[in-house]
Amino acid sequence: MSTLPQVLWDAGQQVPEQVAIYLQHAHQPDLSIRYRDLLTGGVKYARLLEQHGILPGDVVILILQHGIDLVYGFWGAILHGAIPSIMPFLTEKLLPEKYRADLASLIAVTKPVALITYPDFVEEAKAALTQGGPVRAVISTDPGTHHDERGDVDVLTTMGGFRRQPEDVVLLQHSSGTTGLQKGVALSHQAVLRHMTTYSEAIRLSTQDVIVSWLPLYHDMGLIAGFLMPILTRTPLVLMSPFDWVRAPYRLLQAVSRYHGTLTWLPNFAYNFCVSKIRDRDLEGVDLSSWRSVINCSEPMRWESHARFYERFAPFGLRESALATCYAMAENTFAVSQGGIDGEVVWMDVDRDILQLNGIAQPPSEGGVAVRMLSAGKPIRGVDVRVLSSEGTPLGDYIVGELAVKSDTMLTGYYNRPDLTEKAFVDGYYLTGDLGFTGGGEVYVSGRKKDLMIVGGRNIYPQDLEELAGTVPGVHPGRMVVFGVFDEITGTEEVVAIVEADTESQEEREQIAAQVREKVTRGSAVVLRRVQVVDAHWLIKTSSGKISRFANRQKYLQQFCQQNG
Amino acid sequence: MHPEIIPTISKFIVSTILEQPSRNLKPGEPLITSGLIDSMSLVDLALFVEDTFGVHLDDTELTSDTFDTLEQLAEIIAKRQQ
Repeated sequence: MSTLPQVLWDAGQQVPEQVAIYLQHAHQPDLSIRYRDLLTGGVKYARLLEQHGILPGDVVILILQHGIDLVYGFWGAILHGAIPSIMPFLTEKLLPEKYRADLASLIAVTKPVALITYPDFVEEAKAALTQGGPVRAVISTDPGTHHDERGDVDVLTTMGGFRRQPEDVVLLQHSSGTTGLQKGVALSHQAVLRHMTTYSEAIRLSTQDVIVSWLPLYHDMGLIAGFLMPILTRTPLVLMSPFDWVRAPYRLLQAVSRYHGTLTWLPNFAYNFCVSKIRDRDLEGVDLSSWRSVINCSEPMRWESHARFYERFAPFGLRESALATCYAMAENTFAVSQGGIDGEVVWMDVDRDILQLNGIAQPPSEGGVAVRMLSAGKPIRGVDVRVLSSEGTPLGDYIVGELAVKSDTMLTGYYNRPDLTEKAFVDGYYLTGDLGFTGGGEVYVSGRKKDLMIVGGRNIYPQDLEELAGTVPGVHPGRMVVFGVFDEITGTEEVVAIVEADTESQEEREQIAAQVREKVTRGSAVVLRRVQVVDAHWLIKTSSGKISRFANRQKYLQQFCQQNG
Repeated sequence: MHPEIIPTISKFIVSTILEQPSRNLKPGEPLITSGLIDSMSLVDLALFVEDTFGVHLDDTELTSDTFDTLEQLAEIIAKRQQ
């Protein structure tokens, strides 16, 4: 079993001139990064880390945006034998002090020894540090050192990364928000490399493939499917910025056309987003016939989203067989199951009410409402999926329970959180918190056990947002709730906040709603779709006195939305 | 500047993007840096401006460096309409 530095080194020796990444920036020529560049660029950062006394096995946080510094900084840390973790960069809507607090909470748990960021962000990053804390160095990127020809490559194999063992931790992945940042998924070299083998096999990856991605690298789908897998398997990667994509989603389709892209991973909302926000004039000459799989992953998948996407882009060569699905999580490195590669995605019409009330997936009964559920495919090789009852006993097909996963590509643990790691497993199976069922060898995901919301592929913890909403004057302390409601138009969960207020004045209530919006957005970078100000005692509490997200969500839907249930 | 530009965009933002139609936006109120309009809605705003006023906003202009308030956006539109 090898390690990541070894695999990169081998590629640098065997195919030094092969382009690993076509790095895109809006209105700039694409930058070709060859395997030899990954080594020379990476080695500069490895040297920087060495100069700052960072040791192999130390954690290094990268506070960098899409771009060459992130690519080289990440590989530099790996070559040095340090453990990189990518932190989302500060966006303008997030308050700097909130960002600082998030960074501080990540540092408190993960205990990194160094941060790497841009020269003009060094001071901001330092503001999150405390006296006597673990961070010894805030290292600034140096734009002058890139793309040197030979560099120090010859002495590379003496670097710390080449003494790492397959079972050593290679990287950490964090979810977003205060809660997510305190839980770093630690993956070993062998888990990542095994996953490359099994997942490549599941998607029939070949030398003909070209992966096109706009996904951020701080997210597992972006980091594994849209960065590490292509690089480690020598599959060309076209990588664009998530910021460019969200402002001009047609860029993804143009890139697929231009580079004859074959594979792309997208969260469900992206299908709807592309359908509603791309105009024909931006698709002139675009040919999508090379796309063999567009893989829906990381949030609940909708048949309707696939159908609309296909209908919209079929005139540009999109093949219906390209639509695919995947169920993945950072804790399993990435994919648990994969569907739609060898044949079309399997789907099943299920009676909605029986599914929700009885937890059984069966065809619609007479007069029942049907929901068309997309299968997330079959477990990939080496992964075993079980469905467990609330008592932890395995359930049969078509019965909804908690999905539990066992594989040889699992996380080593939540970094510095043995307590959380222990709680996450039962009999060697990782408890995903997702609800679903199996049937005909396929895995279906139907909901979530935990309160976690997934908005645009991003994991959001409602308690983080509730805490922010509670700071607004006029909101009753402790009397607020946040939950997600699926929106057919956007294809993702929209976040709703309900707060109790004493005032009856409509004007004051508007103001409270506006302030809740602002507090939440600026404190979490999550945009609330709706803020409902209600009278005191509107919210339902559980028997233990906690505000119930589930019950209040039901009440909200009945009272304010009328449709669904 | 055409007097109707600001109210037209304002109405679109509160009704379609914010879904809070009774909300009143001030012409100088920050929209992007405040997070009021998130990046996912910027494309909608650009398409609305194009359809309504015949003015094209490039995707690279959809940042607070180009405009952050109704006033600033209206100014760009008025200038390009000339």
